[in-house]
Amino acid sequence: MKTVTSDEIRAIAGVDTRKCMKCGKCSASCPAYNEMDIRPHQFVSYVQNGDVEALMNSKSIWKCLSCFACVERCPRDVKPAKLIEAVRLSVIRQRDENYLSPDEIPALLDEETPQQLLASAFRKYRK
Amino acid sequence: MTYSYFPGCTLKNKAKDLDFYARECAKVLGFELEEIDEWQCCGAVYPQASDEIATKLSSVRALADAKKKGQDLVTVCSACHHVIKRVNDDMANVEDIRTKVNNYMAFDEPYLGETKVLHYLEVLRDVVGFDKIREKTVNPLKGRKIGAYYGCMLLRPSMTMQFDDPENPTIIEDFIRALGAEPVVYPMRNECCGGYISLKEKQMASNMVDQIMASAAYKGAQELITACPLCMYNLRCNGTKEGLPVTYFTELLAEALGIKEEVRA
Repeated sequence: MKTVTSDEIRAIAGVDTRKCMKCGKCSASCPAYNEMDIRPHQFVSYVQNGDVEALMNSKSIWKCLSCFACVERCPRDVKPAKLIEAVRLSVIRQRDENYLSPDEIPALLDEETPQQLLASAFRKYRK
Repeated sequence: MTYSYFPGCTLKNKAKDLDFYARECAKVLGFELEEIDEWQCCGAVYPQASDEIATKLSSVRALADAKKKGQDLVTVCSACHHVIKRVNDDMANVEDIRTKVNNYMAFDEPYLGETKVLHYLEVLRDVVGFDKIREKTVNPLKGRKIGAYYGCMLLRPSMTMQFDDPENPTIIEDFIRALGAEPVVYPMRNECCGGYISLKEKQMASNMVDQIMASAAYKGAQELITACPLCMYNLRCNGTKEGLPVTYFTELLAEALGIKEEVRA
């Protein structure tokens, strides 16, 4: 997998990481915090410090719920969810780096699975 | 008043009740939902990246169609509402996205975010009015303690969604009160249920559902309502304990308006 640069992540996300004042409110608000190996507030620092490779290999990018609690509550309008999204995209946009294959789907379905779940999973996990 | 109506993929399939009761209640309350021809799935997740263009096109097609008819666009599904409203905001305010989308679409005239996007609940609150709904309620839901489950997509980010106070919303509680029932406020009502990840991270979604159900039950709710088919699925099917019953808000409305049995038959 090819590592992208911090500048590319910032451009895809449309986020200025220098605005962060490290208050930690994003991570404190995050409902997926306990499941993440790198937390939302750390995403901002990692991008700022140029360590995108660690983020691309982090399981956090598959745990983010896109619930926008971090975006809503950030007092500096940094939008950590957009950084996480940019890292996720920089992974799945590469050849053979999809996180979901259509072949997996039948085993994941149950009687009640809504179409919306499949549509959103393909948006999040695959290009 | 006639609105352009975007039902969305799930309302045509697993969430037929959400759609059906919305249409029937609109007739009673005096507004019309005109389904957009050939609408395409919104994708269920708002494409947040600034360089995502193709994934925004289906929303723009629906928005431009509504603009042509001079109608506001109404959705019932929280996810469709979230995606279409945010894409519309991009078309109104983000020069780069607006230019690329219009270059691709080649409409007769460029689409610049002119269409007003409303959620069905906003039509009930701001156009019909909860007072009018109270008047039309022939079957008040007396004695029922109902919790509103907002989830994330209706409320956040509030800067764009402009739906209600993102930390202390009242619209669904006011709706419940208008139907004669007692709204139950509980802390987890605007916390994400983990719907998106329930396909591959079932355990994580289950924990979140259990917490929401426990929070609502602790505050005395006997049932929950939602506007989102994915929340509905997750809350109903993925908890590890027996949870509270969950229904769509449109079904509750039909019940209070006294048309539920009749239109079902």
